[in-house]
Amino acid sequence: MEQFTELLEMEQPVKLNDIFREYENWDSLAYLSVISFVDEEYGIVIPREEFGKMKTVKDIIDYIAANS
Amino acid sequence: MASFTYTNVGIAGLAAAVPKQIYRNLTDNKNFTIEDAGAIVEKTGILERRVADDATCASDLCFAASEQLMNEMGIDRAEIDALIFVSQTPDFRMPATGIILQHRLNLPKSCLAFDINLGCSGFVVGLNLAYSLLQQDSVRKVLLLNGETRTKVYSFKDRQTGFLFGDAGTACLVDKNVKYGQSWFVLDSDGAKSDYISIKTGGYRYPSNPDSFIERERENGRIYSDEQGYMDGAGVFEFVITEVPRSIKRTLQFAGVEKEQVDYFVFHQANKFMNEHLNRKLKLEADKVPFSLQKFGNTSSVSVPITIVSELSEKLSGVNKVLISGFGVGLSLGTAILTIDNPWLGKISEI
Repeated sequence: MEQFTELLEMEQPVKLNDIFREYENWDSLAYLSVISFVDEEYGIVIPREEFGKMKTVKDIIDYIAANS
Repeated sequence: MASFTYTNVGIAGLAAAVPKQIYRNLTDNKNFTIEDAGAIVEKTGILERRVADDATCASDLCFAASEQLMNEMGIDRAEIDALIFVSQTPDFRMPATGIILQHRLNLPKSCLAFDINLGCSGFVVGLNLAYSLLQQDSVRKVLLLNGETRTKVYSFKDRQTGFLFGDAGTACLVDKNVKYGQSWFVLDSDGAKSDYISIKTGGYRYPSNPDSFIERERENGRIYSDEQGYMDGAGVFEFVITEVPRSIKRTLQFAGVEKEQVDYFVFHQANKFMNEHLNRKLKLEADKVPFSLQKFGNTSSVSVPITIVSELSEKLSGVNKVLISGFGVGLSLGTAILTIDNPWLGKISEI
């Protein structure tokens, strides 16, 4: 969670049930940062179709848990 | 598997030419605030790039590089038996620009000349073809030209593509010599992703029409017309970070070469964020991976050879094992491992 907060350059800490697409600084560059971070840390490239279905920070964490 | 191995064929010399005009991404793109431009430049690492004027084509850049190469190396033009021009910004839809260059460069009529329509993978694929032509006893030297004026393709109002591309041309002389030893190529295509990087209109599927020239605002505020290049940046990123490491591992395996035996890894210069991700993922030492994108941007198929000329001119003395990899539009992907032995490398010329 802390890593996500840092990654997305958020002023407030990221919470599990946050809808990340509603963050003010969510954009295509933030998307690339998340994909890159998950690949480097966990060796998982989240396919775009899968990422498109994700709404909350928890969805991303659950996907990593299910696929690592 | 499209894998190839060759013996005693290699790169004798390489020259590059760029337009004089420098475009500075932070200050010259008036469609964006300096803050917006700054955020993009920080991610892409592309500070500036070269922009060809209306009168300059990719072929003119290749012509300048070829003249420099052949004059300074003292090449007998009668010995060039094939010319390959790789570009997606040719002079005309027909005839092939390579044939026009055969005449402009005073090459003999007995020279085979043609074009290859490929982008970022085009140096690797073109080089593979040059090597394969040289398997014939009667073919002595091949001139491989890579030229692009990509700044004429993309909208400067599109935040995904308007800061990336630059114009450049290179000329590479390929010949035979026992000093080159063995080289290996592995080439892939993924046509299921053909729409990831494309220009919709202007071909015969969707001919140009008055509507196709109209700039429109698309998703995420991107502005471009159907005559301009479209890129699905996220899709390309996913492809590259998944497939390029695989391609490199397969090539090393095919060649029976250890990663540590490679002196330099020269990658297509896509953008800093993606290329640095590749370096970390492949655990490569930074001083083995040259970058030229800060100066020239993404020049499509020119980016691998221009990086060699620009960044390795003082480092490539002696014998070096060099891995090159090009990936992008098609989608198309090629990796090769070459022995480069004291090549002639020109000083980049400006026209």
